[in-house]
Amino acid sequence: MRKVAIYGKGGIGKSTTTQNLVAGLVELKRKIMVVGCDPKADSTRLLLGGLAQKSVLDTLREEGEDVELADIRKRGYGGTWCVESGGPEPGVGCAGRGIITSINMLESLGAYEESEGLDYAFYDVLGDVVCGGFAMPIRDGKAEEIYIVVSGEMMAMYAANNISKGIVKFAASGSVRLGGLICNSRAVDNEAEMIEKFAAKLGTKMIYFVPRDNDVQRAEINRKTVLEWNPAVPQADVYRGLAKAIDANKDLVIPTPMEIEVLEELLMEYGLMEAA
Amino acid sequence: MLLRHTSKEITERKALTINPAKTCQPIGAMYASLGIHGCLPHSHGSQGCCAYHRSALTRHYKEPISASTSSFTEGASVFGGQANMLQAINNIFTVYNPEVIAIHTTCLSETIGDDLPQIKKKAQMEGKIPKGKYVISASTPSYAGSHVTGFSNMVTSMAMMAEPTGKKNGKVNIIPGWVEPADMEELKRITALVGVKTILFPDTSGVLNGPLSGEYKMFPDGGTTVAELQSTGDSIGTLALGEWCSADAARTLDTMHKVPCSILDMPYGLMATDRFIDALRTIAGVSIPDEITYERGQLVDMISDMHQHLYGKKVALVGDPDQLIAMTEFLVSMDMKPIHIVTGTPGKKFEKRIKEITKDIGCEVNVRARGDMYLLHQWIKNEPVDLLLGNTYCKYIARDEDIPYVRWGFPILDRQGHQYFPTVGYKGGLRLLEKILGVLLDRQDRDAPEEKFELVL
Repeated sequence: MRKVAIYGKGGIGKSTTTQNLVAGLVELKRKIMVVGCDPKADSTRLLLGGLAQKSVLDTLREEGEDVELADIRKRGYGGTWCVESGGPEPGVGCAGRGIITSINMLESLGAYEESEGLDYAFYDVLGDVVCGGFAMPIRDGKAEEIYIVVSGEMMAMYAANNISKGIVKFAASGSVRLGGLICNSRAVDNEAEMIEKFAAKLGTKMIYFVPRDNDVQRAEINRKTVLEWNPAVPQADVYRGLAKAIDANKDLVIPTPMEIEVLEELLMEYGLMEAA
Repeated sequence: MLLRHTSKEITERKALTINPAKTCQPIGAMYASLGIHGCLPHSHGSQGCCAYHRSALTRHYKEPISASTSSFTEGASVFGGQANMLQAINNIFTVYNPEVIAIHTTCLSETIGDDLPQIKKKAQMEGKIPKGKYVISASTPSYAGSHVTGFSNMVTSMAMMAEPTGKKNGKVNIIPGWVEPADMEELKRITALVGVKTILFPDTSGVLNGPLSGEYKMFPDGGTTVAELQSTGDSIGTLALGEWCSADAARTLDTMHKVPCSILDMPYGLMATDRFIDALRTIAGVSIPDEITYERGQLVDMISDMHQHLYGKKVALVGDPDQLIAMTEFLVSMDMKPIHIVTGTPGKKFEKRIKEITKDIGCEVNVRARGDMYLLHQWIKNEPVDLLLGNTYCKYIARDEDIPYVRWGFPILDRQGHQYFPTVGYKGGLRLLEKILGVLLDRQDRDAPEEKFELVL
């Protein structure tokens, strides 16, 4: 089983990209579990056709510690297993601890056992690796492959660089590696070239370029992945391409994050190219 | 009437525990660690946790408990405890030089998400762990489970030290669960009598019940050695005593190294001891020696001699799941009626098992996992009992309700003997019975009118 975590700046499109990617992998006949690690619990909305999942932590709160696997995971699009970790309401408690609790619970309930026959487990993680809890999916023996969703915007690249720092820390003593950057385009000038260069500096590669397309929006409004909503649109092929690229990817590295000055220079070089 | 505010009327409580029947996970982890020879328990958290856990054990065992701490400050809680842990490992091996450091976490280090296996690897890579020395770790947040969970988690980490050589050692692993040092000694005596070679882990005998010799040893002579722990993977089988305390460790050895395991009840009382002896006999292929049969006969003799004093007596008991299961069965086997049973440790299986054991006693039985002593007291007010069994905290209930009371379980803070006199096995059964009969007959003497004050009972 390949254990994959998707990180990236908040609002960059991690959940959307993950779910469309998963739909693409489903077409390749892969068996997948998606674990949403976000208190908003919206990481499986497109696969389940709505916010239909009771989160692990809500279940824990209401039913006590005797929880069963059937209480916390649900079948979604193409037979994928969907789990939402959930978390406290905004402004209280500790969401990081919530993620630790949920993943431990899934492990002790045997959701990752070989008998489950999974090809992939995906962790869709909220925003930055802000504290220990959000690093849970990259701890030893959990996710081994990280993809960072990024765009050509400064703050997205800044976040990606930061996440790489987190990976370096855990990679030194564990098996976690960076698989590549997924560019979710914001139609910034010279975006693909810039991200390619950025990836090279991080010691990895841009594994796929996802162009901006309003069909993604339309599918989201219909609570579906693009591939389910309209398999014939060009964007569906983009996600198929992304799925194939990740399915075939064997290039896993320990990243080499850069100083902030280097990052700014990169931005100057590419961002101003057209204007010049 | 110190507990005069306990009301008879029982209302469902969800968010409030009064007089808990459990304590912190790390206390269990610390006790288990002390059963490794030459081990220094280490608390990964702030100093107050460590100080409390040490004193909780000292108050019960009346021995000094050495343990170190990562001494979290504001800084460590914000930036993570890795730097403190690495420094601690370095300091501990330099200054105290134990064979093993057994790290357990605390609520704080769990909540900020410190990853002990990762920190351990880092220490290893940086050469902070000298050759031939070991660091093991267990995750023990107190907001989940109880001291029993912490104990079990640390024992499981001990099982993970197994390094099979591929050649069987002809021994049987015995995981005794959370019993007294004297009980561990007794288990070794019994297994030796039956003629079975064993590795008992953890083993706190000789650590927490040692003599006053005038010389302080930070690491006493007792405890399971590292070599023995590594050898558990080569054993012919494992007997785990108690589902809650010992089963996880036994199953770990089974899954990781194919050492077959049987999970038994803790050998308190007649029947549970019978099953333990029988399991020993089967796994080692020996016949039971006469000495054991003789001891069993003595216990049966005292039960039948004193049956009239035991028959139909109602009992309330509180403690930990494994101990309660065996004790309830013992009481039922002597025709006593255990009617109120509480543990603070979670686990629905517990309630099911107790119901099963008590199904034929002919009266209603109250049982609760995740319960507290307040609830037990309320039950007693509604349906009085003739005997109360539990730890020292029960003395308040016993005094208010004027119930004969035997101190049993953890912690016992105000009486002595538990460190030295075993309660497991047939001999242990005799001791339990002696104590129970003692308080019951004292009560009979106290309350008897002059014309019925008997010389011989």
